[in-house]
Amino acid sequence: MTDLAVQNSGTIPADSPFGAAEGDYLDHVSALPDGRFSLHLLVEGVHCGGCVRRIETGLAGMPGLDDVRVNLSTRRMSVHWNGQPSRAGDYVRAIQVLGYDVVPFDPGTAIDEHQRRSSELLRALAVAGFAAGNVMLLSVAVWYGHAQGMDEITRDLLHWISALIALPAVAYAGRPFFRSALAAIGGRRINMDVPISLAVLLAAGMSLVQTMQGAQHAYFDSSISLLFFLLIGRYFDHRARGRVRQAAERLLALGRESAVVLTEDGGQLIMAASRIRPGMTLLVAAGARLPADGTVLHGSSTVDASLLTGETMPQTVVTRDPVLAGALNTGAPLTIMATATGDSTVLADIVRLVEASEQKRSRYVALADRLSAIYAPAVHGLAAGAFLGWMVLGGMDWQPALLIAIAVLIVTCPCALGLAVPAVQVVASGRLMQAGVLLKSATALERLAAVDTVVFDKTGTLTEGRPELANGAEINSEDLMLAASIAASSRHPLARAITRAAGLDIVPRQGVHEEPGQGLSLGDVRLGSRVWCGIADQNEDFFLELWLTRDGDKPVRFCFQDRVRQDAMATLAGLRARGLKIEMLSGDREGPAAAVAKELGITTWSARQSPGDKCERLRALQLEGRRVLFVGDGLNDAPALAAADVSLSPSSASDISQNAADAIFQGRLLAPVLLTIDLGRRSRRLVRQNFVLSLVYNVVTVPLAIAGLVTPLIAALAMSSSSLIVVGNALRLAGGKR
Amino acid sequence: MNGLIYLIPIALGLGLLALGAFLWSLKAGQYEDMDGAAERILHDDED
Repeated sequence: MTDLAVQNSGTIPADSPFGAAEGDYLDHVSALPDGRFSLHLLVEGVHCGGCVRRIETGLAGMPGLDDVRVNLSTRRMSVHWNGQPSRAGDYVRAIQVLGYDVVPFDPGTAIDEHQRRSSELLRALAVAGFAAGNVMLLSVAVWYGHAQGMDEITRDLLHWISALIALPAVAYAGRPFFRSALAAIGGRRINMDVPISLAVLLAAGMSLVQTMQGAQHAYFDSSISLLFFLLIGRYFDHRARGRVRQAAERLLALGRESAVVLTEDGGQLIMAASRIRPGMTLLVAAGARLPADGTVLHGSSTVDASLLTGETMPQTVVTRDPVLAGALNTGAPLTIMATATGDSTVLADIVRLVEASEQKRSRYVALADRLSAIYAPAVHGLAAGAFLGWMVLGGMDWQPALLIAIAVLIVTCPCALGLAVPAVQVVASGRLMQAGVLLKSATALERLAAVDTVVFDKTGTLTEGRPELANGAEINSEDLMLAASIAASSRHPLARAITRAAGLDIVPRQGVHEEPGQGLSLGDVRLGSRVWCGIADQNEDFFLELWLTRDGDKPVRFCFQDRVRQDAMATLAGLRARGLKIEMLSGDREGPAAAVAKELGITTWSARQSPGDKCERLRALQLEGRRVLFVGDGLNDAPALAAADVSLSPSSASDISQNAADAIFQGRLLAPVLLTIDLGRRSRRLVRQNFVLSLVYNVVTVPLAIAGLVTPLIAALAMSSSSLIVVGNALRLAGGKR
Repeated sequence: MNGLIYLIPIALGLGLLALGAFLWSLKAGQYEDMDGAAERILHDDED
């Protein structure tokens, strides 16, 4: 995690205004029917079993506590207790003391719905698996019996037992498909589930008729194993989406802004940012984000609006200055009067731009959906053609003709097609997750594969988004330590850069005075801006700088620079090697933008880009027929993220940007961008191979089926082997070269 | 062939038993935290 994100969700220091206010955890406590109370929390910073144990044993033995359980997979925890609902606060504080930050979380309806469906699919999968295995076992006996002269009574008995197992199983396990098929027909559409349902139901129904008549063949095994394979694909698909959604929800909940409101009687109240109204007085702690647009009532400080504008230099604000929601207060605590909230903030304007861009972005139709639009009618046509052909032209009875039509439906049924995309997607998103990339959109991989232009934001994307000491080598360590010990008491980004450069063992000095926007002083030692330190030197080099002055000593200059990410050069080289065009759009001034462009060898770039400008540029590129990947982190990038064909955000990005992006990458390196594109291209290749494989399979089996040569044995073999081949092909993505 | 009268129900019964066990464990929430379950086995016994 980068610095910004930690500030965003860091633990509350004991001396901050948050410590004194009563949290609003009570709103999230729910009473259970058995008289207990429960609270669900998202926990930040739980990484291993050790953390789970620390929290669980740390809380054990607290008064009233009945049960506490941390879920390591979802990073959620639930607490159950007896007694007063207000005990929630004690438990939360106890967890915070252990060093974990928590956010209350209501298992909302969306998540419930997702889990309900997930377990429905899993139950259906279990039932179908059980039935398929057992029916197949019986079928093998029947097939063997055909060759060995099994008597008719035994064969019919085995068929009846198969029917007994398969029919209830089909009725139960087929519901997810039947529901979706009915919905599609109700809406006068055809989706993939229509031929699936038709094939399953017809095969089961016809087999029952055959069994009653004591016929030689029954297709129960085909019907149920078809369901089994399709359910596997469906479950994969659902799980991949679910994991992504869960992670995205988590990010949102953790980033949710809350505000400290000063009430008229002098009390403090923590409130969700959405509940702030104009005219309220808000306290903004140092290091917190401003929850609303407003004017400063008391205090003076510096605010960092880099997420809003891309501008790297913090701005000084004093009483009566306007401040914007979303900016970070880096100096001293501020009291502000909210002037605009919710829909009327600058932040909300950006959100509106994002929404507009999202609407303009033509809805991408996934390859599989485009294919099924052709495939489903073709399958129906073939089956109907076979039925009519045999009856009218072949002079066959309707029953054997229908059997042939069913055989066509079964062998063409998109077992392999249904697995072709989900199997690749599950493997790819698992692979990406290992590398710290979170895929939010299901079609992002496909869109990534088509990209031919990559546009980067500067601040926080190509660069690390925070200034670092640039001339450390010229400064002697004594001066550095002195500056660091003074700087340690400030949250100003430049001061923090000095303390980072000095290392860990700094002793903060007592009695340091901070003059917001100017600098720090300790006695006669000053650390601050050129003017404040009284430097006469008129060297006009543009640089972020601080000066250290002492009586009798030569002033020392500290230069800073927003450093490019460590591997930016290598990543850009890799992108160029793959034939991708590179561009940079920055909201920052020309100077810093030019410096970064020069350092990285980017020839096409523009500075001072407003959020709207960035969108315009992307549109212009798209009109030229380019497929654009946009990588950005700031709020000012959010509209562009939504407008691009596909977009990536670092995990340090603002919530809105993370929301608008298709994928989020973690860590301080840029390499995941390259990896994601590579994996996108490889997935596309594998998906296409899988489609070709299942097509080949159809080309071979459909003529057999139409000719009436497909016995249940052939159908079963063909179906299973094509599914296994497709899944096996997808698994190649997990291993092999990077 | 008469053996089938016993053997098929026994085979199906065992299969159903396993299916029931799976459905029960699913309902009891045993698959909700696979990562956590893998780690918890390393914890020392409580108290």
